[in-house]
Amino acid sequence: MGEIALSAKKLNVYYGEKHAVHDVSLDFAEKEVTALIGPSGCGKSTFLRSLNRMNDLIPSCKVTGEILIDDRNINGTDTDVVALRKKIGMVWQRPNPFHKSIYENIAFGPRYHGIKNKKQLDEIVEQSLRKAAIWEETKDRLHKSALALSGGQQQRLCIARTVAVKPDVILMDEPASALDPISTSKIEELISELKQDYSIVIVTHNMHQAARVSEKTAFFLNGHVVEYDKTETIFTNPTHQRTNDYITGRFG
Amino acid sequence: MSAKTADKIATGVIVFITGLIALALIGLLGYILFRGLGHISWHFLTSPPETIRKGGGIGPQLFNSLFLLVLTMVITVPLGIGAGIYMSEYAKAGKITSAIRLVVEVLSSFPSIIVGLFGLLVIVNKFNLGFSLLSGALALTIFNLPLMVRITEQGLRSVPVQQKEASLALGISKWKTIRSVQLPIALPIVLSGSILAAGRIFGEAAALLFTAGMSSPRLDFSDWNPLHSDSPLNPMRPAETLAVHIWKVNSEGLAPDATQIAAGASAVLIITVLLFNLGARALGRYMHNKFTASK
Repeated sequence: MGEIALSAKKLNVYYGEKHAVHDVSLDFAEKEVTALIGPSGCGKSTFLRSLNRMNDLIPSCKVTGEILIDDRNINGTDTDVVALRKKIGMVWQRPNPFHKSIYENIAFGPRYHGIKNKKQLDEIVEQSLRKAAIWEETKDRLHKSALALSGGQQQRLCIARTVAVKPDVILMDEPASALDPISTSKIEELISELKQDYSIVIVTHNMHQAARVSEKTAFFLNGHVVEYDKTETIFTNPTHQRTNDYITGRFG
Repeated sequence: MSAKTADKIATGVIVFITGLIALALIGLLGYILFRGLGHISWHFLTSPPETIRKGGGIGPQLFNSLFLLVLTMVITVPLGIGAGIYMSEYAKAGKITSAIRLVVEVLSSFPSIIVGLFGLLVIVNKFNLGFSLLSGALALTIFNLPLMVRITEQGLRSVPVQQKEASLALGISKWKTIRSVQLPIALPIVLSGSILAAGRIFGEAAALLFTAGMSSPRLDFSDWNPLHSDSPLNPMRPAETLAVHIWKVNSEGLAPDATQIAAGASAVLIITVLLFNLGARALGRYMHNKFTASK
Protein backbone atom coordinates (compact mmCIF):
# COMPACT_ATOMS: atom_id res chain seq x y z
CA MET A 1 0.00 0.00 0.00
CA GLY A 2 1.24 3.47 -0.95
CA GLU A 3 1.21 6.76 0.86
CA ILE A 4 -1.87 8.02 2.67
CA ALA A 5 -3.59 10.76 0.67
CA LEU A 6 -6.28 11.59 3.16
CA SER A 7 -7.44 10.22 6.45
CA ALA A 8 -10.31 10.71 8.83
CA LYS A 9 -9.80 10.26 12.57
CA LYS A 10 -12.76 9.74 14.85
CA LEU A 11 -15.03 11.75 12.61
CA ASN A 12 -18.54 12.46 13.91
CA VAL A 13 -21.23 14.29 11.97
CA TYR A 14 -24.44 15.65 13.48
CA TYR A 15 -27.47 17.11 11.73
CA GLY A 16 -29.03 19.04 14.58
CA GLU A 17 -29.91 16.29 17.06
CA LYS A 18 -29.32 13.46 14.63
CA HIS A 19 -25.97 11.74 14.95
CA ALA A 20 -25.34 10.70 11.35
CA VAL A 21 -21.74 9.50 11.41
CA HIS A 22 -20.14 7.80 14.47
CA ASP A 23 -16.43 7.83 15.17
CA VAL A 24 -15.33 6.97 11.68
CA SER A 25 -11.59 6.55 11.17
CA LEU A 26 -10.46 5.67 7.65
CA ASP A 27 -7.22 6.06 5.70
CA PHE A 28 -7.40 6.60 1.96
CA ALA A 29 -4.32 5.51 0.03
CA GLU A 30 -2.79 7.59 -2.68
CA LYS A 31 -3.72 6.66 -6.26
CA GLU A 32 -6.19 4.04 -5.22
CA VAL A 33 -9.94 3.81 -5.44
CA THR A 34 -11.75 3.38 -2.15
CA ALA A 35 -15.43 2.48 -2.28
CA LEU A 36 -17.91 3.34 0.46
CA ILE A 37 -20.90 1.00 0.42
CA GLY A 38 -23.93 0.53 2.62
CA PRO A 39 -27.71 0.88 2.63
CA SER A 40 -29.45 4.25 2.08
CA GLY A 41 -29.18 6.59 5.01
CA CYS A 42 -26.14 4.85 6.50
CA GLY A 43 -24.10 8.06 6.50
CA LYS A 44 -21.69 7.32 3.66
CA SER A 45 -22.61 10.36 1.58
CA THR A 46 -22.63 12.58 4.65
CA PHE A 47 -19.16 11.30 5.52
CA LEU A 48 -17.98 11.97 1.96
CA ARG A 49 -19.32 15.52 2.00
CA SER A 50 -17.45 16.18 5.21
CA LEU A 51 -14.11 15.40 3.60
CA ASN A 52 -14.09 18.60 1.52
CA ARG A 53 -16.09 20.57 4.06
CA MET A 54 -19.19 20.67 1.84
CA ASN A 55 -21.28 20.21 4.96
CA ASP A 56 -20.24 23.73 6.00
CA LEU A 57 -23.05 24.86 3.71
CA ILE A 58 -25.66 23.23 5.91
CA PRO A 59 -26.16 25.43 8.98
CA SER A 60 -27.44 22.67 11.29
CA CYS A 61 -24.55 20.36 10.47
CA LYS A 62 -21.65 19.90 12.89
CA VAL A 63 -18.52 17.87 12.21
CA THR A 64 -16.10 16.87 14.96
CA GLY A 65 -12.87 14.90 14.74
CA GLU A 66 -9.91 15.25 12.44
CA ILE A 67 -9.45 15.08 8.70
CA LEU A 68 -5.78 14.84 7.87
CA ILE A 69 -4.14 15.76 4.62
CA ASP A 70 -0.32 15.86 4.64
CA ASP A 71 -0.53 15.40 8.43
CA ARG A 72 -2.47 18.64 8.81
CA ASN A 73 -5.95 18.71 10.24
CA ILE A 74 -8.27 20.50 7.84
CA ASN A 75 -11.35 20.29 9.99
CA GLY A 76 -10.56 23.45 11.95
CA THR A 77 -12.00 26.94 11.80
CA ASP A 78 -8.61 28.29 10.71
CA THR A 79 -8.48 26.13 7.57
CA ASP A 80 -8.65 27.96 4.25
CA VAL A 81 -11.65 26.04 2.96
CA VAL A 82 -11.43 27.54 -0.51
CA ALA A 83 -7.82 26.38 -0.94
CA LEU A 84 -8.70 23.00 0.54
CA ARG A 85 -11.48 22.39 -1.95
CA LYS A 86 -9.08 23.02 -4.79
CA LYS A 87 -7.13 19.98 -3.52
CA ILE A 88 -10.20 17.80 -2.99
CA GLY A 89 -12.57 17.84 -5.93
CA MET A 90 -16.07 16.41 -6.03
CA VAL A 91 -18.46 14.79 -8.49
CA TRP A 92 -22.14 14.35 -7.65
CA GLN A 93 -24.86 11.86 -8.39
CA ARG A 94 -26.70 14.14 -10.77
CA PRO A 95 -24.48 15.82 -13.34
CA ASN A 96 -24.42 19.54 -12.54
CA PRO A 97 -22.57 21.33 -15.34
CA PHE A 98 -22.59 25.12 -15.10
CA HIS A 99 -25.05 26.93 -17.32
CA LYS A 100 -22.13 27.93 -19.50
CA SER A 101 -20.39 26.67 -22.62
CA ILE A 102 -18.43 23.42 -22.52
CA TYR A 103 -15.21 25.40 -22.73
CA GLU A 104 -16.21 27.73 -19.90
CA ASN A 105 -17.22 24.81 -17.70
CA ILE A 106 -13.63 23.59 -17.80
CA ALA A 107 -11.79 26.92 -17.96
CA PHE A 108 -13.72 28.52 -15.10
CA GLY A 109 -11.72 26.86 -12.30
CA PRO A 110 -8.19 27.18 -13.72
CA ARG A 111 -8.81 30.80 -14.74
CA TYR A 112 -9.93 31.65 -11.22
CA HIS A 113 -6.82 29.96 -9.87
CA GLY A 114 -4.62 32.28 -11.88
CA ILE A 115 -4.19 30.94 -15.40
CA LYS A 116 -5.11 33.81 -17.71
CA ASN A 117 -3.12 32.89 -20.80
CA LYS A 118 -5.52 31.86 -23.54
CA LYS A 119 -3.20 29.27 -25.02
CA GLN A 120 -2.55 27.65 -21.66
CA LEU A 121 -6.28 27.56 -20.95
CA ASP A 122 -6.98 25.98 -24.33
CA GLU A 123 -4.44 23.31 -23.47
CA ILE A 124 -5.96 22.62 -20.06
CA VAL A 125 -9.42 22.37 -21.58
CA GLU A 126 -8.24 19.85 -24.16
CA GLN A 127 -6.22 17.80 -21.68
CA SER A 128 -9.03 17.69 -19.15
CA LEU A 129 -11.61 16.69 -21.73
CA ARG A 130 -9.25 14.01 -23.02
CA LYS A 131 -8.67 12.68 -19.53
CA ALA A 132 -12.41 12.42 -19.04
CA ALA A 133 -12.73 10.65 -22.41
CA ILE A 134 -15.10 13.23 -23.84
CA TRP A 135 -12.79 15.26 -26.09
CA GLU A 136 -13.78 13.56 -29.33
CA GLU A 137 -17.46 14.19 -28.70
CA THR A 138 -17.06 17.84 -27.75
CA LYS A 139 -14.10 19.26 -29.66
CA ASP A 140 -16.30 20.70 -32.42
CA ARG A 141 -18.81 22.31 -30.09
CA LEU A 142 -16.66 23.70 -27.28
CA HIS A 143 -18.49 27.00 -27.27
CA LYS A 144 -21.97 25.51 -27.23
CA SER A 145 -23.94 25.14 -24.04
CA ALA A 146 -22.97 22.23 -21.81
CA LEU A 147 -26.63 21.67 -21.04
CA ALA A 148 -27.20 20.31 -24.55
CA LEU A 149 -25.01 17.27 -23.78
CA SER A 150 -26.55 13.94 -22.74
CA GLY A 151 -26.58 12.95 -19.07
CA GLY A 152 -23.59 10.64 -19.43
CA GLN A 153 -21.63 13.26 -21.34
CA GLN A 154 -22.51 15.89 -18.75
CA GLN A 155 -21.17 13.64 -16.01
CA ARG A 156 -17.89 13.13 -17.84
CA LEU A 157 -17.74 16.89 -18.37
CA CYS A 158 -18.16 17.35 -14.62
CA ILE A 159 -15.26 14.97 -14.06
CA ALA A 160 -13.18 16.91 -16.60
CA ARG A 161 -14.07 20.13 -14.80
CA THR A 162 -12.85 18.66 -11.52
CA VAL A 163 -9.66 17.33 -13.10
CA ALA A 164 -8.93 20.75 -14.63
CA VAL A 165 -8.06 22.30 -11.26
CA LYS A 166 -5.60 19.45 -10.58
CA PRO A 167 -6.85 18.14 -7.25
CA ASP A 168 -5.09 15.40 -5.27
CA VAL A 169 -8.26 13.62 -4.28
CA ILE A 170 -11.57 13.23 -6.13
CA LEU A 171 -14.71 12.45 -4.13
CA MET A 172 -17.51 10.82 -6.10
CA ASP A 173 -21.00 10.54 -4.72
CA GLU A 174 -22.75 7.77 -6.68
CA PRO A 175 -21.44 9.21 -9.94
CA ALA A 176 -23.15 6.70 -12.19
CA SER A 177 -26.42 5.98 -10.46
CA ALA A 178 -28.41 8.46 -12.55
CA LEU A 179 -26.97 7.16 -15.83
CA ASP A 180 -27.79 4.44 -18.33
CA PRO A 181 -25.68 1.21 -18.43
CA ILE A 182 -23.47 2.32 -21.32
CA SER A 183 -22.67 5.64 -19.71
CA THR A 184 -22.11 3.82 -16.43
CA SER A 185 -19.50 1.53 -17.92
CA LYS A 186 -17.79 4.55 -19.50
CA ILE A 187 -17.62 6.24 -16.11
CA GLU A 188 -16.22 3.07 -14.56
CA GLU A 189 -13.52 2.82 -17.24
CA LEU A 190 -12.75 6.43 -16.60
CA ILE A 191 -12.34 5.86 -12.88
CA SER A 192 -9.84 3.10 -13.56
CA GLU A 193 -7.89 5.50 -15.78
CA LEU A 194 -8.03 8.38 -13.32
CA LYS A 195 -6.60 6.44 -10.41
CA GLN A 196 -3.20 6.52 -12.06
CA ASP A 197 -3.08 10.22 -11.18
CA TYR A 198 -5.62 10.75 -8.43
CA SER A 199 -6.84 9.24 -5.21
CA ILE A 200 -10.52 8.50 -5.50
CA VAL A 201 -13.17 7.95 -2.86
CA ILE A 202 -16.44 6.74 -4.33
CA VAL A 203 -19.81 6.22 -2.71
CA THR A 204 -21.87 3.63 -4.55
CA HIS A 205 -25.06 1.68 -4.17
CA ASN A 206 -23.99 -0.75 -6.79
CA MET A 207 -21.92 -3.51 -5.23
CA HIS A 208 -20.77 -4.86 -8.56
CA GLN A 209 -19.44 -1.42 -9.30
CA ALA A 210 -17.57 -1.31 -6.00
CA ALA A 211 -16.12 -4.72 -6.74
CA ARG A 212 -15.10 -3.69 -10.27
CA VAL A 213 -13.46 -0.34 -9.65
CA SER A 214 -12.07 -0.24 -6.12
CA GLU A 215 -8.99 -1.49 -4.30
CA LYS A 216 -10.52 -1.07 -0.89
CA THR A 217 -14.04 -1.03 0.42
CA ALA A 218 -15.60 0.31 3.59
CA PHE A 219 -19.00 -0.97 4.65
CA PHE A 220 -21.15 1.61 6.44
CA LEU A 221 -24.16 0.78 8.57
CA ASN A 222 -26.17 3.21 10.71
CA GLY A 223 -23.35 5.72 10.73
CA HIS A 224 -20.65 3.22 11.76
CA VAL A 225 -17.96 1.63 9.67
CA VAL A 226 -18.56 -2.06 10.16
CA GLU A 227 -15.67 -3.27 8.11
CA TYR A 228 -12.87 -1.78 6.04
CA ASP A 229 -10.57 -3.96 4.03
CA LYS A 230 -9.32 -4.91 0.60
CA THR A 231 -12.28 -5.05 -1.78
CA GLU A 232 -11.52 -8.65 -2.60
CA THR A 233 -11.67 -9.63 1.05
CA ILE A 234 -14.89 -7.71 1.69
CA PHE A 235 -16.64 -9.42 -1.20
CA THR A 236 -15.29 -12.93 -0.81
CA ASN A 237 -14.46 -13.41 2.81
CA PRO A 238 -15.85 -10.67 5.07
CA THR A 239 -15.14 -10.88 8.78
CA HIS A 240 -18.48 -9.59 10.00
CA GLN A 241 -21.81 -11.30 9.64
CA ARG A 242 -23.55 -7.97 8.82
CA THR A 243 -21.18 -7.32 5.93
CA ASN A 244 -21.83 -10.76 4.59
CA ASP A 245 -25.60 -10.29 4.90
CA TYR A 246 -25.43 -6.99 3.04
CA ILE A 247 -23.24 -8.08 0.14
CA THR A 248 -25.25 -11.23 -0.36
CA GLY A 249 -28.38 -9.08 -0.56
CA ARG A 250 -30.07 -10.16 2.62
CA PHE A 251 -30.89 -6.53 3.51
CA GLY A 252 -30.24 -3.04 2.25
CA MET B 1 -72.12 15.45 -10.40
CA SER B 2 -69.52 13.31 -12.08
CA ALA B 3 -65.85 14.17 -11.88
CA LYS B 4 -65.84 14.75 -15.61
CA THR B 5 -68.60 17.37 -15.47
CA ALA B 6 -66.92 19.10 -12.54
CA ASP B 7 -63.71 19.22 -14.52
CA LYS B 8 -65.51 20.74 -17.49
CA ILE B 9 -67.19 23.38 -15.36
CA ALA B 10 -63.93 24.30 -13.63
CA THR B 11 -62.17 24.64 -17.00
CA GLY B 12 -65.01 26.77 -18.30
CA VAL B 13 -64.96 29.09 -15.29
CA ILE B 14 -61.19 29.53 -15.44
CA VAL B 15 -61.23 30.27 -19.17
CA PHE B 16 -64.08 32.74 -18.63
CA ILE B 17 -62.24 34.60 -15.85
CA THR B 18 -59.04 34.78 -17.89
CA GLY B 19 -60.98 36.02 -20.91
CA LEU B 20 -62.66 38.69 -18.82
CA ILE B 21 -59.35 39.99 -17.52
CA ALA B 22 -57.76 39.96 -20.97
CA LEU B 23 -60.79 41.76 -22.39
CA ALA B 24 -60.69 44.44 -19.69
CA LEU B 25 -56.99 45.04 -20.31
CA ILE B 26 -57.33 45.14 -24.08
CA GLY B 27 -60.33 47.45 -23.75
CA LEU B 28 -58.48 49.82 -21.45
CA LEU B 29 -55.37 49.85 -23.59
CA GLY B 30 -57.40 50.29 -26.76
CA TYR B 31 -59.41 53.13 -25.26
CA ILE B 32 -56.32 55.03 -24.14
CA LEU B 33 -54.51 54.51 -27.42
CA PHE B 34 -57.63 55.30 -29.50
CA ARG B 35 -58.19 58.57 -27.66
CA GLY B 36 -54.55 59.58 -27.54
CA LEU B 37 -52.82 58.40 -30.69
CA GLY B 38 -54.42 61.04 -32.88
CA HIS B 39 -52.92 63.81 -30.82
CA ILE B 40 -49.35 62.53 -30.92
CA SER B 41 -47.05 64.35 -33.30
CA TRP B 42 -43.41 65.27 -33.40
CA HIS B 43 -44.40 68.76 -32.28
CA PHE B 44 -46.39 67.35 -29.34
CA LEU B 45 -43.47 65.19 -28.21
CA THR B 46 -40.84 67.89 -28.36
CA SER B 47 -42.38 71.28 -27.53
CA PRO B 48 -42.97 72.71 -24.04
CA PRO B 49 -46.49 72.92 -22.62
CA GLU B 50 -48.67 76.02 -22.89
CA THR B 51 -50.65 77.33 -19.94
CA ILE B 52 -53.65 78.98 -21.55
CA ARG B 53 -53.10 78.71 -25.28
CA LYS B 54 -53.74 75.76 -27.54
CA GLY B 55 -51.02 73.53 -29.00
CA GLY B 56 -48.79 72.83 -26.00
CA GLY B 57 -46.55 69.77 -25.97
CA ILE B 58 -45.03 67.46 -23.40
CA GLY B 59 -41.35 67.61 -24.37
CA PRO B 60 -39.81 68.53 -21.00
CA GLN B 61 -42.17 66.19 -19.11
CA LEU B 62 -41.25 63.25 -21.30
CA PHE B 63 -37.59 64.05 -20.85
CA ASN B 64 -38.05 64.44 -17.08
CA SER B 65 -39.76 61.06 -16.82
CA LEU B 66 -36.97 59.32 -18.71
CA PHE B 67 -34.24 61.12 -16.78
CA LEU B 68 -35.91 60.35 -13.46
CA LEU B 69 -36.21 56.72 -14.51
CA VAL B 70 -32.50 56.48 -15.24
CA LEU B 71 -31.54 58.34 -12.07
CA THR B 72 -33.75 56.17 -9.87
CA MET B 73 -32.59 52.93 -11.47
CA VAL B 74 -28.95 53.94 -11.04
CA ILE B 75 -29.59 54.26 -7.29
CA THR B 76 -32.09 51.42 -6.86
CA VAL B 77 -30.59 48.56 -8.85
CA PRO B 78 -27.15 48.31 -7.18
CA LEU B 79 -28.61 48.77 -3.69
CA GLY B 80 -31.43 46.32 -4.34
CA ILE B 81 -29.20 43.65 -5.83
CA GLY B 82 -26.64 44.09 -3.05
CA ALA B 83 -29.23 43.72 -0.30
CA GLY B 84 -30.87 40.83 -2.15
CA ILE B 85 -27.53 38.99 -2.32
CA TYR B 86 -27.07 39.56 1.39
CA MET B 87 -30.54 38.27 2.24
CA SER B 88 -30.17 35.19 0.09
CA GLU B 89 -26.53 34.19 0.60
CA TYR B 90 -25.14 35.79 3.74
CA ALA B 91 -27.94 36.42 6.25
CA LYS B 92 -28.15 33.66 8.85
CA ALA B 93 -31.63 32.49 9.75
CA GLY B 94 -32.65 34.24 12.94
CA LYS B 95 -34.63 37.01 14.54
CA ILE B 96 -32.79 39.88 12.90
CA THR B 97 -33.11 38.38 9.43
CA SER B 98 -36.82 37.75 9.84
CA ALA B 99 -37.22 41.30 11.17
CA ILE B 100 -35.48 42.69 8.09
CA ARG B 101 -37.65 40.54 5.87
CA LEU B 102 -40.81 41.78 7.61
CA VAL B 103 -39.77 45.41 7.17
CA VAL B 104 -39.07 44.80 3.49
CA GLU B 105 -42.50 43.19 3.06
CA VAL B 106 -44.27 46.08 4.79
CA LEU B 107 -42.32 48.69 2.86
CA SER B 108 -43.17 47.06 -0.45
CA SER B 109 -46.88 47.54 0.14
CA PHE B 110 -46.53 51.12 1.38
CA PRO B 111 -48.96 53.65 -0.14
CA SER B 112 -46.98 55.89 -2.45
CA ILE B 113 -48.58 59.09 -1.15
CA ILE B 114 -47.06 58.33 2.27
CA VAL B 115 -43.67 57.85 0.65
CA GLY B 116 -44.21 61.23 -1.01
CA LEU B 117 -45.01 62.96 2.28
CA PHE B 118 -42.05 61.28 3.94
CA GLY B 119 -39.91 62.51 1.05
CA LEU B 120 -41.24 66.03 1.51
CA LEU B 121 -40.49 66.10 5.23
CA VAL B 122 -37.14 64.32 5.23
CA ILE B 123 -35.55 64.63 1.79
CA VAL B 124 -36.94 67.96 0.58
CA ASN B 125 -37.03 69.88 3.88
CA LYS B 126 -34.72 68.23 6.39
CA PHE B 127 -31.90 67.40 3.99
CA ASN B 128 -32.72 70.56 2.09
CA LEU B 129 -32.58 68.99 -1.34
CA GLY B 130 -35.64 71.00 -2.37
CA PHE B 131 -38.13 70.04 -5.04
CA SER B 132 -35.73 68.32 -7.35
CA LEU B 133 -35.17 65.32 -9.57
CA LEU B 134 -32.79 63.94 -6.96
CA SER B 135 -35.44 64.18 -4.22
CA GLY B 136 -37.88 62.43 -6.52
CA ALA B 137 -35.38 59.72 -7.34
CA LEU B 138 -34.63 59.12 -3.65
CA ALA B 139 -38.33 58.92 -2.78
CA LEU B 140 -38.88 56.42 -5.59
CA THR B 141 -35.86 54.46 -4.39
CA ILE B 142 -37.51 54.05 -0.98
CA PHE B 143 -40.60 52.95 -2.81
CA ASN B 144 -38.89 50.45 -5.13
CA LEU B 145 -36.02 49.06 -3.06
CA PRO B 146 -38.11 46.42 -1.29
CA LEU B 147 -39.28 45.08 -4.63
CA MET B 148 -35.72 44.90 -5.95
CA VAL B 149 -34.44 43.21 -2.79
CA ARG B 150 -37.19 40.62 -2.80
CA ILE B 151 -36.89 39.82 -6.47
CA THR B 152 -33.10 39.47 -6.29
CA GLU B 153 -33.41 37.21 -3.27
CA GLN B 154 -36.02 35.07 -5.00
CA GLY B 155 -33.95 34.94 -8.16
CA LEU B 156 -30.87 33.71 -6.30
CA ARG B 157 -32.85 31.19 -4.30
CA SER B 158 -34.24 29.72 -7.50
CA VAL B 159 -30.72 28.80 -8.65
CA PRO B 160 -30.19 25.07 -8.01
CA VAL B 161 -27.95 24.54 -4.98
CA GLN B 162 -25.96 22.00 -7.04
CA GLN B 163 -24.63 24.87 -9.14
CA LYS B 164 -23.28 26.61 -6.09
CA GLU B 165 -21.81 23.37 -4.70
CA ALA B 166 -20.13 22.58 -8.00
CA SER B 167 -18.40 25.94 -8.01
CA LEU B 168 -17.36 25.86 -4.35
CA ALA B 169 -15.99 22.33 -4.81
CA LEU B 170 -13.59 23.68 -7.44
CA GLY B 171 -12.03 25.86 -4.76
CA ILE B 172 -13.78 28.98 -5.95
CA SER B 173 -14.66 31.67 -3.42
CA LYS B 174 -18.18 32.45 -2.35
CA TRP B 175 -18.23 35.89 -3.93
CA LYS B 176 -16.89 34.65 -7.26
CA THR B 177 -19.47 31.86 -7.17
CA ILE B 178 -22.29 34.34 -6.60
CA ARG B 179 -20.99 36.65 -9.31
CA SER B 180 -20.12 34.18 -12.04
CA VAL B 181 -22.37 31.19 -11.42
CA GLN B 182 -25.47 32.18 -9.48
CA LEU B 183 -26.21 35.72 -10.69
CA PRO B 184 -26.11 34.89 -14.42
CA ILE B 185 -28.71 32.17 -13.85
CA ALA B 186 -30.83 34.50 -11.73
CA LEU B 187 -30.52 37.31 -14.26
CA PRO B 188 -33.86 36.86 -16.06
CA ILE B 189 -35.72 37.08 -12.75
CA VAL B 190 -33.71 40.06 -11.52
CA LEU B 191 -34.32 41.73 -14.84
CA SER B 192 -38.07 41.23 -14.81
CA GLY B 193 -38.02 42.73 -11.31
CA SER B 194 -36.17 45.74 -12.65
CA ILE B 195 -38.73 46.13 -15.44
CA LEU B 196 -41.51 46.03 -12.87
CA ALA B 197 -39.71 48.69 -10.83
CA ALA B 198 -39.15 50.79 -13.93
CA GLY B 199 -42.83 50.64 -14.82
CA ARG B 200 -43.73 51.81 -11.34
CA ILE B 201 -41.27 54.69 -11.58
CA PHE B 202 -42.57 55.78 -14.94
CA GLY B 203 -46.20 55.68 -13.91
CA GLU B 204 -45.78 57.08 -10.41
CA ALA B 205 -47.36 60.45 -9.65
CA ALA B 206 -48.38 60.61 -5.99
CA ALA B 207 -44.90 60.17 -4.53
CA LEU B 208 -43.50 62.77 -6.91
CA LEU B 209 -45.98 65.58 -6.26
CA PHE B 210 -44.15 66.54 -3.07
CA THR B 211 -40.61 65.59 -4.06
CA ALA B 212 -39.83 66.26 -7.71
CA GLY B 213 -42.41 69.05 -7.76
CA MET B 214 -45.12 70.10 -10.17
CA SER B 215 -43.26 72.61 -12.23
CA SER B 216 -40.52 72.49 -14.78
CA PRO B 217 -38.25 75.42 -15.41
CA ARG B 218 -37.58 76.45 -18.97
CA LEU B 219 -35.02 73.97 -20.14
CA ASP B 220 -32.24 74.82 -22.52
CA PHE B 221 -31.79 71.64 -24.54
CA SER B 222 -28.53 72.89 -25.98
CA ASP B 223 -26.84 73.04 -22.57
CA TRP B 224 -25.85 69.59 -21.30
CA ASN B 225 -23.70 70.65 -18.36
CA PRO B 226 -25.42 69.10 -15.31
CA LEU B 227 -24.15 71.97 -13.11
CA HIS B 228 -26.07 74.70 -14.99
CA SER B 229 -29.47 75.53 -13.54
CA ASP B 230 -31.41 75.40 -16.81
CA SER B 231 -29.61 72.34 -18.16
CA PRO B 232 -31.91 69.34 -18.65
CA LEU B 233 -29.33 67.13 -16.92
CA ASN B 234 -29.21 69.13 -13.68
CA PRO B 235 -30.51 66.73 -11.02
CA MET B 236 -31.15 69.56 -8.53
CA ARG B 237 -33.87 71.28 -10.56
CA PRO B 238 -37.59 70.71 -10.02
CA ALA B 239 -39.08 68.41 -12.62
CA GLU B 240 -42.66 67.65 -13.47
CA THR B 241 -42.91 64.16 -14.93
CA LEU B 242 -45.33 62.89 -17.53
CA ALA B 243 -47.59 61.16 -15.00
CA VAL B 244 -47.72 64.26 -12.80
CA HIS B 245 -48.41 66.39 -15.86
CA ILE B 246 -51.36 64.22 -16.86
CA TRP B 247 -52.79 64.60 -13.38
CA LYS B 248 -52.25 68.36 -13.41
CA VAL B 249 -53.64 68.99 -16.88
CA ASN B 250 -56.66 66.86 -16.08
CA SER B 251 -57.46 68.51 -12.79
CA GLU B 252 -56.51 72.14 -13.30
CA GLY B 253 -55.49 72.57 -16.95
CA LEU B 254 -56.57 75.87 -18.46
CA ALA B 255 -55.56 75.26 -22.07
CA PRO B 256 -58.57 74.69 -24.36
CA ASP B 257 -57.09 71.40 -25.58
CA ALA B 258 -56.34 70.08 -22.07
CA THR B 259 -58.37 66.90 -22.59
CA GLN B 260 -56.53 66.00 -25.78
CA ILE B 261 -53.19 66.74 -24.15
CA ALA B 262 -54.00 64.45 -21.24
CA ALA B 263 -55.13 61.73 -23.64
CA GLY B 264 -52.06 62.11 -25.83
CA ALA B 265 -49.74 62.11 -22.84
CA SER B 266 -51.40 58.97 -21.47
CA ALA B 267 -50.87 57.18 -24.74
CA VAL B 268 -47.23 58.27 -24.82
CA LEU B 269 -46.79 57.01 -21.27
CA ILE B 270 -48.17 53.60 -22.07
CA ILE B 271 -46.25 53.23 -25.30
CA THR B 272 -43.01 54.20 -23.58
CA VAL B 273 -43.54 51.64 -20.82
CA LEU B 274 -44.30 49.03 -23.47
CA LEU B 275 -41.18 49.87 -25.46
CA PHE B 276 -39.09 49.82 -22.33
CA ASN B 277 -40.48 46.42 -21.44
CA LEU B 278 -39.71 44.92 -24.83
CA GLY B 279 -36.26 46.49 -24.92
CA ALA B 280 -35.35 45.23 -21.46
CA ARG B 281 -36.54 41.75 -22.30
CA ALA B 282 -34.48 41.63 -25.47
CA LEU B 283 -31.44 42.87 -23.56
CA GLY B 284 -32.03 40.30 -20.84
CA ARG B 285 -32.28 37.47 -23.31
CA TYR B 286 -29.11 38.60 -25.02
CA MET B 287 -27.19 38.84 -21.73
CA HIS B 288 -28.52 35.51 -20.48
CA ASN B 289 -27.49 33.78 -23.69
CA LYS B 290 -24.10 35.37 -23.58
CA PHE B 291 -23.37 34.35 -19.99
CA THR B 292 -24.80 30.87 -20.17
CA ALA B 293 -23.96 30.05 -23.80
CA SER B 294 -27.51 28.78 -24.30
CA LYS B 295 -29.51 29.35 -27.40
